[in-house]
Amino acid sequence: MRKALLAFFLLFSFNSYGAGAKIDIPKYDWSWKGFFGTYDRASAQRGLKVYREVCAGCHSMNYLAYRNLGDLGFSEDHIKAIAAEHLILDGPDDEGEMFERDGIPSDQFANPYPNVKAARAANNGAYPPDLSLIVKARPKGADYVKALLLGYVDPPEDMKVPKGQHYNKYMAGNLIAMTSPLSDGLVDYDDGTESSMDQMTTDVTTFLAWAAEPSLEDRKRMGLKVILFLIVLFVLAYISKQQIWRDIKH
Amino acid sequence: MSSDQLQGYKKTLNSPYTGIKGWIDSRLPLIRMMEAEYLKFPVPKSLNYFWSFGGIAMFCLIGLILTGIFLGFHYKPSAEDAFDSVERIMRDVSFGWLIRYLHANLVSFFFIATFIHIFRALYFGSYKAPRELVYIFGLTMFMLMMATAFLGYTLPWGQMSYWGATVITNLFSAIPVVGDAILQLLLGDFTVGDSAVNRFYVLHWLLAFAIVGLVVFHVITLHMTGSNNPTGSEPQSWDETVSFHPYVTIKDLNAALFFFIIMAFILFYYPNILGHSDNYIKANPMITPAHIVPEWYFLPFYAILRAIPDKLGGVIAMFSSILALGLLPWLDTSKVRSCLFRPIWRYCVLLFAVNFLVLMYVGGKPAEDIYVLISRIGTAYWFLFIFVLAPLVGFLETPRQPLTITNYLQSKKA
Repeated sequence: MRKALLAFFLLFSFNSYGAGAKIDIPKYDWSWKGFFGTYDRASAQRGLKVYREVCAGCHSMNYLAYRNLGDLGFSEDHIKAIAAEHLILDGPDDEGEMFERDGIPSDQFANPYPNVKAARAANNGAYPPDLSLIVKARPKGADYVKALLLGYVDPPEDMKVPKGQHYNKYMAGNLIAMTSPLSDGLVDYDDGTESSMDQMTTDVTTFLAWAAEPSLEDRKRMGLKVILFLIVLFVLAYISKQQIWRDIKH
Repeated sequence: MSSDQLQGYKKTLNSPYTGIKGWIDSRLPLIRMMEAEYLKFPVPKSLNYFWSFGGIAMFCLIGLILTGIFLGFHYKPSAEDAFDSVERIMRDVSFGWLIRYLHANLVSFFFIATFIHIFRALYFGSYKAPRELVYIFGLTMFMLMMATAFLGYTLPWGQMSYWGATVITNLFSAIPVVGDAILQLLLGDFTVGDSAVNRFYVLHWLLAFAIVGLVVFHVITLHMTGSNNPTGSEPQSWDETVSFHPYVTIKDLNAALFFFIIMAFILFYYPNILGHSDNYIKANPMITPAHIVPEWYFLPFYAILRAIPDKLGGVIAMFSSILALGLLPWLDTSKVRSCLFRPIWRYCVLLFAVNFLVLMYVGGKPAEDIYVLISRIGTAYWFLFIFVLAPLVGFLETPRQPLTITNYLQSKKA
């Protein structure tokens, strides 16, 4: 019965949510937009570095395996080296003991916390969400992710920011548990690109967008072929239809 | 019974074919049936492209079943594994992303085709005698479709799956006395959870094939009367008809290709545009999404549900909105079928279609004052249309004399 009341309440409870101020998320240019868009590999590779050095301290990416990085243009040896930098809990072995070993390409990305409770305990009760699907799991996707990372500004004077919370102009309700994770020059890029805030947020968002939808390039390539094929077929069917119906007196 | 009568009764042995074809056909009369019903079947030659959407809907259904089978090979129906298994399909199963996006988008296009198909039936009076049963089997299928689509949407076990399932299954608890018992039987538990996913998966399959069964009845009843057409006049001679094949098959193929080009555009370039981003978050009973919104094709009915400020009343209004449509063949008092010849009813039907879209719009909006008001007006019109306008307009209106198929085609040409 309580559950029923809750559900009933939910049906009519949109007032409180609809009333909040509308937050406009800026639009950015992304390499994978449009009919022929592809993920900018160099940017995504830099984004992986941002993820591994900054985000991975708290955020898991459970649906990604190290082998998937081949899609981003990393060589097999490079992927082996990346995987080997992480300790993976394996087992039980023949003695029934769990043991740690170096990661291999077929392992899923190592999780920063053993479980959700450990993650909450380390983060003032907030649970850092898994990032594998974050770009698809938010309205406005990539634009939102980049905007959020750039959205740490000083709060309005009349606003009290509670302890353990931070002001972010793009977060729903403007309060977020995560501190601003990036600052100019934080990551030392291997290819010599200057690691400005704008560059790092673009790179990490490109990486996360790829992680959320690795099939995007295959999909667009196939889509073009399928649509062209259907159009040709449609033209042929149309000509056939005219031919077949020609003798029908109207 | 004389032996002659008995001979006539056992007519199945007299096949018009010879050889293997004849051997099979005299034992299983499928070949002569297919020839009669799908090759030579006479169809009014005045059909317009509105008449292609039944066939298109059937293509969608076949596509859904085929992709559903392949998804079923990899999907795991449990609260623990469902979301992860869908992600595995998207990432690791070869062409899994294609199969899954096809399944998810075909549903939407199935509903688009079905909505147009139902509008066609209303506008050209296809629901009227002698096609009442065609229409009622159609509406029954439509309700099963909605149930199947709802069950299917819960299976990926994302946040919207879980919370949508929680809200909608709780509607059953509004039923007096037995509501809670039905709910528990449906969920296999007191809340939506592991056993619910398992049951929903089974029911999703079961209902999908129940729809296939109803398609057979829909088509059998249709082939008893033949298709309606824009004039609403029955064909007077063979000259006013064409054979189903090749005339209608090629026409429907044209329409279907055009329809699926549009679908391919959505499928390959905006595959998630008709879904909700929250469903890429794994179901979490501890966190309620800010907005719980059903899939777009449920929004008009969701608006009707929310228009009534009483839970039981809302549920009754929602279900009876479709059930009441089934009474239209008997509530509509006009002798004329097609809206082409009905000056007043035509605008009532067009307004009904516009009203449907308005309800869809407000159904997706928060339940704030203005949207609630609009949804109440929309709901009122829905029932006014069926119970008041249908009988009344039939009496008040002076319809034009319907044209014959031949005259209609001539007037169109002129």
